[in-house]
Amino acid sequence: MIEVKNLNKNFKSKKIIQDLSLTIQENQLTSLIGPNGAGKSTLLNMIGRLCPYDSGQILIDGIEVEGWESTELAKKLSIMKQSNPLGLQISVRELMAFGRFPHSKGRLTKQDQEIIDESLDYLSLSDLQDKKITELSGGQLQRAFIGMVICQDTKYILLDEPLNNLDINHSIGIMNLLRRLVDEKGKTVVVVMHDINYASQFSDRIIAMKDGKLFANDDANDVFQKDIVDDLFDIDVEIIEYNLRKYCIYYGNDCEECLNNTEDVKTFHQATN
Amino acid sequence: MKKAVGKYSIGLLLLLILAYVSLFVGVSNLDLSAFSQSDSRDLEILLAVRLPRTVSIIIAGASLSLSGLLAQHITQNRFASPETMGTFAAGRLGLILSIFLFPGSAILSRSFFAFLFSLLGTFLFIKILDSIRLKNSMLVPVIGIIFGNIIQALGSYIAINQDIAQEVNAWFQGSFSSLHSQNFQLILVSLLALGFIILGSHYFAVLGLGRDIATDLGVSFEKIRLISIALIALASSAVLLTVGNIPFVGIVIPNLAAFLQGDHFQKNMGAVLLLGPIFLLFCDILARLIIAPYEIPVSIIVGVIGAGMFIFILLRGERA
Repeated sequence: MIEVKNLNKNFKSKKIIQDLSLTIQENQLTSLIGPNGAGKSTLLNMIGRLCPYDSGQILIDGIEVEGWESTELAKKLSIMKQSNPLGLQISVRELMAFGRFPHSKGRLTKQDQEIIDESLDYLSLSDLQDKKITELSGGQLQRAFIGMVICQDTKYILLDEPLNNLDINHSIGIMNLLRRLVDEKGKTVVVVMHDINYASQFSDRIIAMKDGKLFANDDANDVFQKDIVDDLFDIDVEIIEYNLRKYCIYYGNDCEECLNNTEDVKTFHQATN
Repeated sequence: MKKAVGKYSIGLLLLLILAYVSLFVGVSNLDLSAFSQSDSRDLEILLAVRLPRTVSIIIAGASLSLSGLLAQHITQNRFASPETMGTFAAGRLGLILSIFLFPGSAILSRSFFAFLFSLLGTFLFIKILDSIRLKNSMLVPVIGIIFGNIIQALGSYIAINQDIAQEVNAWFQGSFSSLHSQNFQLILVSLLALGFIILGSHYFAVLGLGRDIATDLGVSFEKIRLISIALIALASSAVLLTVGNIPFVGIVIPNLAAFLQGDHFQKNMGAVLLLGPIFLLFCDILARLIIAPYEIPVSIIVGVIGAGMFIFILLRGERA
């Protein structure tokens, strides 16, 4: 279990996180949502010890992040940031092998090689294993980095906007993969997400943040309500149900101008025809 | 795997051939059969001059190129090397200061001063890079060269002011011609640095992935980077003090290895340890042959060939 208690973080005079307390349950896919600047990524980075916090506590399995021995924590929790600006020309397999570092310190054992093989298989990356990561497409690269995390074989997996720059097909692929990590491998996955529809379709829980404070932390279905989403993003959305699933429509539903524009387009087409 | 072994054996064979040629190229022709006589003049030349020279070339080539490879991994930049991070310039400043502050001091304490300064200089450069948070790869060597030139100018100012400019220039003209069995031992110090780099190679490989991923993998980025800087400073100041300033090797050789087989640190480590000495042996043999029986400082030959290769890398880097 990840527990955050009275967490504060300032950047210069700006308050990024204010007195934040929450818990993240095990064996669930939790999405972090909220407007830009809400502190989602900062929170994720602090849990993943990439960024120090000013006051409060973050407990991973009851031990404070800073109290963990770094290699032991690396076997327990992994974090992957949004854009990986790696210009390194290494193969997919070599990248994924780095995930075994906390376990074998770079001297790969036979067991490590087997785990890498399994992970390649799990991600359907076996055919690409010798390809350089600089030659991969966005979706393949994202999968390779997740592959590294899978090889690291940690209980907690934190991902910062893993759907960035991915098309719909690859986005769904990644989300299904994360779902499988939770359902088949019993991992605890925390993802920062922008698209609330993806968050609602694939997660067990949603944590919503606004202005550095906790806005909601509940079952995905319960957070996915019109009044909550409206307040969270300061927009007017519509939640519709279709085939027992909820979808959020967040543009064009009450916009007079948009309606006029569509009329304009119609008349334009009629005129040209 | 088999292919890799094949590549390495070709490299090793080439290295041995060049080392052999290096031993037997020179003003006086050495006769192998004469070595059996105990008072042989040929044997004396071999042991006193040729062998120290060839050994120094091999160590210098290996040290500079492995330092460059490590520098490129800790900065995640293709153009980092002891010469583009201020390491050489700071080491030179350290030596000038030690000559000026403690005249008549022993070579060992001067070397220590040079090492200390190259360490501080490199560390300062890394801190400057941290504060700028550069993404543009071209800017890193540009800033490094400016940084190095400022230190260089400071050193030259002190040297000229104190009337030791000639002594200093004699130190740093990159050449193997004045090495003999009594003065080449300092370069053996860089073997120590090389040993540590090889031993810790799996950690240095992780640094190449950047601060965040290294931290995620449980590696203390700052600590390992500091160790790397110390090893780079040790290896390059030992070469600088023994041989002088040899340009480009630290950039060109690791990039050549990367061009051949990608960027994996441990894989490239073996490659640069072979390619660096091969390149430097080749340049030194040329330096001795072009205007034989006289010789050109090896740094000039290395500069000409290295500059050409550097332009190639720059053009390739622009594309990547």
